[in-house]
Amino acid sequence: MKTVITVIGKDRPGIIYQVSKVLFEEGLNIEDISQTVMQDYFTMIMIASGSDSINIRDLNERLDALEGDTLSIRLQKTDIFDSMHNI
Amino acid sequence: MINYTDILETVNMVQNEKLDIRTITAGISLFDCFSRPDVPQAVYDKICSLTANLVKTGEDIEAEYGIPIINKRISVTPVALSARESREDFINIALAMDRAAKEVGVNFIGGYSALVQKGLSATDYTFIESVPEALRSTERVCSSINVGSTKSGINFDAVGLMGHLVKQTAYLTRENDSIGCAKFVVFANAVEDNPFMAGAFFGPGEGETAVSIGVSGPGTILAALERCRGSRIDEVCEVIKRTAFKITRAGQLVGREASHRLNMPFGILDLSLAPTPAVGDSVAMILEEMGLERCGTHGSTAALAMLTDAVKKGGLMASSHVGGLSGAFIPVSEDAGMIRAVSEGAICFDKLEAMTSVCSVGLDMIAIPGDTPESTISAIIADEASIGVINNKTTAVRLIPVYGKGVGEYAEFGGLLGGAPIMEVSSFSSENFIARGGRIPAPVHSFKN
Repeated sequence: MKTVITVIGKDRPGIIYQVSKVLFEEGLNIEDISQTVMQDYFTMIMIASGSDSINIRDLNERLDALEGDTLSIRLQKTDIFDSMHNI
Repeated sequence: MINYTDILETVNMVQNEKLDIRTITAGISLFDCFSRPDVPQAVYDKICSLTANLVKTGEDIEAEYGIPIINKRISVTPVALSARESREDFINIALAMDRAAKEVGVNFIGGYSALVQKGLSATDYTFIESVPEALRSTERVCSSINVGSTKSGINFDAVGLMGHLVKQTAYLTRENDSIGCAKFVVFANAVEDNPFMAGAFFGPGEGETAVSIGVSGPGTILAALERCRGSRIDEVCEVIKRTAFKITRAGQLVGREASHRLNMPFGILDLSLAPTPAVGDSVAMILEEMGLERCGTHGSTAALAMLTDAVKKGGLMASSHVGGLSGAFIPVSEDAGMIRAVSEGAICFDKLEAMTSVCSVGLDMIAIPGDTPESTISAIIADEASIGVINNKTTAVRLIPVYGKGVGEYAEFGGLLGGAPIMEVSSFSSENFIARGGRIPAPVHSFKN
């Protein structure tokens, strides 16, 4: 199973650490990572893969707990992006 | 390889532009239940057993792909085909459908329907008599009746009955601004695989089960058009097509997954722009973004025609099976821009009727005065059915004659059904026209001009 994790919001110390810690603990391997900070806004996209048995709802709940008021974190299967943007 | 710009575009569509899958609708054939000794129980059991996982499946797909799936719904074989003997027998089926909908957790179940475009059998009359009480005594059951088709003309006897049915339903649900009428649609050229309520039913030509998807996304189209302000109309069409393609592809993926997980064949994908009362999720505002000061002014029909056509063109290639109503819905109470247009006097009933000749359905969720005569409602239905029958398209009428209220007052239905200012209809009578009964013959299919 391949997933895309997007993190968008106000920059603060430890975002990458916290997200990758959750992914590590849930058994996902980070294959690619890209991030930029524009003004105070942080945008990170990670591609991570793991076993098909991983429960995405639980994983998203753990990531949601990191969000706070100024950050949005989403984990989605890559198929949705493939479907919408590739023929 | 996925492009990062594409990823951010999709995330933005969901987070800021209200991209969603409007409905996953499971179609269930009830033909086998109609021959059982206890029909209501058989209906309840079959619906519950086949759709027990529908809501959970929708929620799982939503979580995994990050696309909101707003509604999970069920459509069934038109109940009039069960040929019950009494009104109560039919109402007991509606009650069983309502119980099943509550048990599996869906917000609407459609199919308390009859197909009477050519004629009315004895059981059809009994069924039609049962509809107002069925809508009063249930919460989630939706009903529809098809009164005309391009192949068979318009059943004028049935049209005559509809005015009484709508008024009776309005009276029986008068405590809640006649909300029963919001769950009842009169069709011409009804489609058998429509996943959208209140008009969904699982047609007699369908199989045992099927999963159909209704995509939406007025907000996404609106945002795309905001980015191309001032460009020529051809470019506007292209932007709509490209956006509709992406929205539809998301729907196709959800449909394929839902079909696999529910072990039901994939039915169709309905490419409709379905507005909600939420700000920024409005079809009227798309027309205004194209350059109209308010939806309803001159140019609105052209803008809507172009929008509907471009959505179809963009979506057709994105799905293996396109069906349902596919186009743009223009319900009044469910669209913030439309409500504003009515409140400000920018759009009148007649302009709405004109716009329905190019939209995907018809006169939808329009509140009219509670004292509108039955024959006037029937005549409105006859007008709308004629537009459908002559132009070979689906048309529908969902009117709410709000009991005890008149022009200038406001009706509130709540939730996705929204609310609407009460619109004026003609005060001149159509009584003698409707009283004639009979059948308008099928139209000629050549000599079109």
